[in-house]
Amino acid sequence: MRLTCPICGPRDRREFYYQGDAVMLDRPGADAPPQVWADWLHLRDNPAGRTRDLWYHEAGCTAWLAVERDTVTHEVFSVELVESADAD
Amino acid sequence: MRMEDGCVVELTALMPCNGILPITIGETTLSEVDPGRITALMPFRGQHAALTEALQAAHGLGFPEPGQTTVAEGASCVWTARDQAFLMGPAPDDSLAPHAAVTDQSDAWSVVLLAGLDAEDVLARLVPIDLRPAAFPEGAAARTLCQHMSVTICRRAEGLQIMAFRSMARTLAHEISDAMASVAGRRAAG
Repeated sequence: MRLTCPICGPRDRREFYYQGDAVMLDRPGADAPPQVWADWLHLRDNPAGRTRDLWYHEAGCTAWLAVERDTVTHEVFSVELVESADAD
Repeated sequence: MRMEDGCVVELTALMPCNGILPITIGETTLSEVDPGRITALMPFRGQHAALTEALQAAHGLGFPEPGQTTVAEGASCVWTARDQAFLMGPAPDDSLAPHAAVTDQSDAWSVVLLAGLDAEDVLARLVPIDLRPAAFPEGAAARTLCQHMSVTICRRAEGLQIMAFRSMARTLAHEISDAMASVAGRRAAG
């Protein structure tokens, strides 16, 4: 598997650390009820198909990346810097 | 040297690969490089252009783009990570400090040079990126892996320069010399 890092170009999977679902970027508001926070923190879908995950280019430029890919076909649709996807 | 009641030993500075390198196998040589001073430059937000200007004025080179090295007489600036590059050679001029976090890294790195007939073939066994001259020409730099170690590799006129943490010097030399032996053995076998 290869990911095309927006900074480094196409790189081998060995260089990346997998973090998990990119839903982590959609943090609830500070006044959201506890159930919303709990769901955001703990509940994850496990889709067969298209997913959006966070990856860390640990052995490269050290950027956090949001990767859209298909868990069935292994096709990678897009790789973007978290910085440009998330204003936080 | 005697001081007060005790004895202070005269310490001798050693290079990280002292006693380990150079190694030549076949027509490929792994040797240690004395990089001079190594200084990490991490530009403050919005200060890239100002840092490049200060670098040009003080050291005759700019801050490198990702995957690049800038070179001047006796100095180079190697891209090492996102918004980070290493100035190698001279002591950093004071004029850089307003534009970037400037930290001395001189003793933290072992710097080696792999040169000769099989340099690319040797690293192809250890490094997951294409280092052949067409894909990785002089002036290119990459942060990647050498087996399980994080390394920064750049192509100099003399060969491929590899930087790893100083604590990994022996592992680095071991991994690369093992691969050198394999490639030379394969070549000898025809």
